[in-house]
Amino acid sequence: MRFFILITHRSSLITNKMNNNLIQYIFGIADNCLILGQRLGELCGHGPSLETDIALTNISLDLLGQTRSYYQYVAQLQGGDVTEDTVAFLRVENQYLNTLLVEQPNTDFGYSIARQFLFDVFHLLLLEELQNSKDENLSAIAKKSIKEVLYHKRFSSDWIKRLGDGTDESHSRIQTAINDLWIFTDELFHQTDADKAMVSQGIGVDVTLLKTKYYKEVSEILEEATLQTPQIEYFQKGGKQGIHSEHMGYILTELQYMQRTYPNMTW
Amino acid sequence: MTDELLHIDQKIIEILKTVSDPEIPVLSIVDMGVVRAAKMNDDVVEVQITPTYSGCPAMDVIGDDIISAFNQNGLKAKVELVLSPAWTTDWITAEGRKALEKYGIASPLSADADKEALLGNKKVVKCPQCGSLNTKLVSQFGSTACKALFQCDDCLEPFDYFKCLK
Repeated sequence: MRFFILITHRSSLITNKMNNNLIQYIFGIADNCLILGQRLGELCGHGPSLETDIALTNISLDLLGQTRSYYQYVAQLQGGDVTEDTVAFLRVENQYLNTLLVEQPNTDFGYSIARQFLFDVFHLLLLEELQNSKDENLSAIAKKSIKEVLYHKRFSSDWIKRLGDGTDESHSRIQTAINDLWIFTDELFHQTDADKAMVSQGIGVDVTLLKTKYYKEVSEILEEATLQTPQIEYFQKGGKQGIHSEHMGYILTELQYMQRTYPNMTW
Repeated sequence: MTDELLHIDQKIIEILKTVSDPEIPVLSIVDMGVVRAAKMNDDVVEVQITPTYSGCPAMDVIGDDIISAFNQNGLKAKVELVLSPAWTTDWITAEGRKALEKYGIASPLSADADKEALLGNKKVVKCPQCGSLNTKLVSQFGSTACKALFQCDDCLEPFDYFKCLK
């Protein structure tokens, strides 16, 4: 990237600690976009049809674009030699703070759609609040992203309905995918200490307040798709603390390959 | 759009108009509404552009092209990317919309009509080839992030529709 986003000048009174919490908070949002974008990118040229292939990779592109905006901001906050590229490519696994949901594999089209749907509903709710952030940069990124995520949610909801209300085979497979991924939904509403610090400053979004609305919206669309809302009480978490599933290592191996093999290479 | 253009120094607007979106060569970046500000500061032109979509890969090329366009006119240029306010299809000028249609891309409808079109509820997108409204949505996502794919059921040609972004 040669043309950087114009970042609003930050007051020098901001302490390092607050900066650090802000950076951790941004990672909690941006890493979801990066890792989901990477997962969707795997489908480039491998989608079940040309149209869905193009759609999923377009969504990937939007997410990676959003990631860049967040990481450019992080690079400004960290200063020194940090760039959006070093942030994206040179962290180790436990420094990525994405939720477990987005790192789940493209087992089949049903899983890709279910993962997208469960994330999109959350993502839009989050951005709708983040646009009111006291941090001007986060607010600007959120306002920009909302327009894109509206399309993502429309696409994934539409496919949930098509598959759910489709053939017996598509119905059973999308139901399986929803059931399997359900255990990762609760983590979307977990708060780290950095999240809480940012909420108290009016910068972060209190995700706990989005939970009821999220499950209501998801259930309504599932119902319309003739699908069952899973009644599962057990949930998995860890990604937000940097404790990931076994999939994450494989994702990073591919994502970081070029920078690790040819350090400092540029396009 | 006129209000938004107030930040552009009229002396250099002609140079900016020679730069186009590499994916839609008929549309200048000024008509596209991505130039947010441009002013001469001593001998350096400072230009602010905004992306259509966050991941738009054309932005890097557009930035390079702006610099080279000014260099050819003996001027130096500096390009910055701004995110706020976020780009909307309302910023495409009337001239820009005409250029899109002529190029074979249906220009964005109003937000309401756009929703109906992309949900496949109403036939409201006009075929840029034959003008028929007997068109159907093939895919909500098209050849680039900003477009959807349609097909005309009269002349049978597929075509791009520039999605409304509000």
